Amino acid sequence: MNARKSVRLTVKRQSAPAAEPYWESFDIPWKPRANIISCLQDIQCRPVTAEGKDVNPIAWDCNCLEEVCGSCTMVINGKVRQACTALIDQLELPIYLEPMTKFPTQRDLQVDRSRIFENLKKVKAWVPIDGSHDQGEGPVISDQTRAQRYVLSECMSCGCCLEACPQFSLDNKFMGAATFSQVRLFNLHPTGAMHTEERLEAVMGEGGITDCGNAQVCVEVCPKNIPLTESIADIGRQTTLQTIKNIFQK
Amino acid sequence: MVQRRKKVIIIGGGLAGLSAAMKLCERNADVVIVSFQNLKRSHSVCAQGGINAAVDAKNEGDTPEKHFYDTIKGGDFLAHQPLVRDMCHQAPAIIHLLDRIGVAFNRNEEGRLAFRRFGGTLYSRTAFAGATTGQQLVYSLDEQVRRYEHDGMVERLEWHEYLSAVIDDQGVCRGAVLQDLRTNKIFTVKGDVVILATGGPGQVYVRSTNSVVNTGAAATTAYLQGAKYGNGEFIQIHPTAIPGQDKLRLMSESARGEGGRVWVPRKAGDTRNPLKIPEAERYYFLEENYPLYGNLVPRDVASREIYEIVYNKSMGVGGEPMVYLDLTHKSEEYLQDRLGGILDIYRKFTGDDPKKIPMRIFPAVHYSMGGLWTDYERDSAGFIDHGSPRNQSTSIPGLYAAGEADYQYHGANRLGANSLLSCIYTGLMMSRAVINFSDNLNKSYEDVPSTVFEQAESQWVSRFKEIKQMDGSENPYQLHKDLGDVMMAGALIVRDNSTLEKTVASVKDIETRFKDVKCVDTNNWANPVPSFINQLHCMIELSKIITKGALLRDEFRGAHYKPEFDLQQPKNFDPYEYIDYLERKKNGEEVSIYPEGHLEYMERFEANNKKWLKSTIAEYKDNEPAISYEDIDTSILTPRPRKYD
Repeated sequence: MNARKSVRLTVKRQSAPAAEPYWESFDIPWKPRANIISCLQDIQCRPVTAEGKDVNPIAWDCNCLEEVCGSCTMVINGKVRQACTALIDQLELPIYLEPMTKFPTQRDLQVDRSRIFENLKKVKAWVPIDGSHDQGEGPVISDQTRAQRYVLSECMSCGCCLEACPQFSLDNKFMGAATFSQVRLFNLHPTGAMHTEERLEAVMGEGGITDCGNAQVCVEVCPKNIPLTESIADIGRQTTLQTIKNIFQK
Repeated sequence: MVQRRKKVIIIGGGLAGLSAAMKLCERNADVVIVSFQNLKRSHSVCAQGGINAAVDAKNEGDTPEKHFYDTIKGGDFLAHQPLVRDMCHQAPAIIHLLDRIGVAFNRNEEGRLAFRRFGGTLYSRTAFAGATTGQQLVYSLDEQVRRYEHDGMVERLEWHEYLSAVIDDQGVCRGAVLQDLRTNKIFTVKGDVVILATGGPGQVYVRSTNSVVNTGAAATTAYLQGAKYGNGEFIQIHPTAIPGQDKLRLMSESARGEGGRVWVPRKAGDTRNPLKIPEAERYYFLEENYPLYGNLVPRDVASREIYEIVYNKSMGVGGEPMVYLDLTHKSEEYLQDRLGGILDIYRKFTGDDPKKIPMRIFPAVHYSMGGLWTDYERDSAGFIDHGSPRNQSTSIPGLYAAGEADYQYHGANRLGANSLLSCIYTGLMMSRAVINFSDNLNKSYEDVPSTVFEQAESQWVSRFKEIKQMDGSENPYQLHKDLGDVMMAGALIVRDNSTLEKTVASVKDIETRFKDVKCVDTNNWANPVPSFINQLHCMIELSKIITKGALLRDEFRGAHYKPEFDLQQPKNFDPYEYIDYLERKKNGEEVSIYPEGHLEYMERFEANNKKWLKSTIAEYKDNEPAISYEDIDTSILTPRPRKYD
């Protein structure tokens, strides 16, 4: 593997949201421990294509570079993932980089993921506290419940599960696995549970849980190994119970 | 007095910014929160090990006063004591708040908070959520802010960059100049107060544990606009990081808090598999040199020891500047539960599983103790007056700073798990200051002539026009890397004046080369390059603050280590002797009663403190940082020599 002298990146580019996409290739000297980010940084330092043409550096999003911020999601060799943990020595050459397709492209590999955050508002993904003044300790929670919540709470809103989901598209309202999993996270908290019904109602309408086609690809691409299909099943059960409850109450 | 709701512009969506936003919404202010990216992406997510609060959950006799003492001592007495004391006393309430908003803190068998050990203390006072505590805290606070956004009190300006404060002719901050990073349009936002919660400047060194956005540009711009910058030369080098091309990823101190041991083979150049090296042939240098604190000495101490081992003794693993951090004696299940997040990071980036084989780690730039000078007010009893508009105010009225962007909580060296605390503490605590400052304004921003805002905007519009026209021969990203190399070579763990003089000159060279930069991106939509060139300019100015401050400070204090000025503490010295010595001196009693060499050492220590126990203040004058020194409030604890063995 280490015999590689250079690495070719072939990148799908786009200068603005409405512009036509096009492809460009770059050859970058091989370096030990290189990842997609360090290669893109090398291109910034020398923005010249494989054909020797001076071009604009590639625009992409990233921040923490250690897979906790969720920023650098892109499609690498056809698979959606974080660019920081995509190590060059583990990838097949040439490497193809594309922006996610389920969110509006802004420029090159940058997309607008606002929809994820709007969905978090719709399902009230928060614990409704009375105020931030000191009211003593929080509710007692078993460490088992904590462990269950922690895994769900590692969701970085990176968008991988939504990109992979056949149901989630640019022009529909499907909320997707990330959102359903957050409903489960907050319903598991003793104070959060006080809004259980509102959260469930929010995922029972258009774009809600019943639109899930059960393709199960979300869980395969999640960089944090969040048990998304379990969340979907659980929220499915919770909404079914809620429906029955609604029949008797309304 | 202003009668409408207050309007506060918060720059930065990390822990300090989110805490301030949440609290200000509770106080009925309208909040605009500005961030480069979506709020969940801020650098605070990188904090791993935990957050300190002395709740004494393990019945070890811990108290907030001990937390205060450890923090002050850890910082080598360079922090303002009343503030640190207030922070440590607020810490338990902060942890309880975080627990109530749903942070998935690890718990004990009764379902209450679990705590673990961390560096620079002998108590278990660190609450944690696996090994991604920062991420979990950011998410929970972000959720609270989202709730207020849902209620219409918060406007998020994501994909926006802060360019500068708008300052009126009375010198008061009246708003901010921002740039939309998608349309690249520059505009102003008016407000009663602007808060800079913009984090640290790790990118000055390029490769550090910091995130890409941590350029320190916002704080530097405030300095260029006249704000004082404090203690710039105090840069924390974290002892344990993972090497990488793009970043030196942090390996949390919690790895040692959970029992991780640092060692090298006793025989330099030993090429055996570490698991095959018997116990007797391993040199656990921290445990041997510091029997009391062992692997949990403060970060400045650990980094210096690793430096000594790998450079002066050439005992680094495989001849490289690396040491082992070993967790293999712990059960895999325990490690996954307590440290899973960081061990996964190590495995993903190196291919080795730290549960099975010792990690190879080395020190990396991590945190800036220094930052924007901020004020505070003590009441007559010596406590912090929480209602004072002076708290967390920079030297520009109406411009406030919080979190890593300020300078006054960690002295010369920060203790692990205190940064999350200081971010949240400052964010929450400053809310009354901000409201009261706004109440006291004799003129509101609505009455400030519109020309003030128009001028600020047009200044930046023309500045960016100039930048876009830069057509020299230097690539700005390459020049940034070169700046990083200069700073790494000259202003790191071990410092000396002749190298620092060269570093100051090299930064000047970079500054000269900067004039020849080419704006390498011609796109007129979402073009990040002009903005990066402006940040690079700020990083060069900040490098000057760091290097000049380091050059001028002729002493060894905390993270600022100049061997030439090491006071050579005698091996058997007890810091209490110094307290005794001061007492005797005050009473006119005999002082020549101490073991040989101790009195001389104490006299050196006293004289050094008299000269150097001061905050470094940098002010921008004639394109240079003008350095002066300010006294520190040491009214509670007598500064004394540090000792951890």
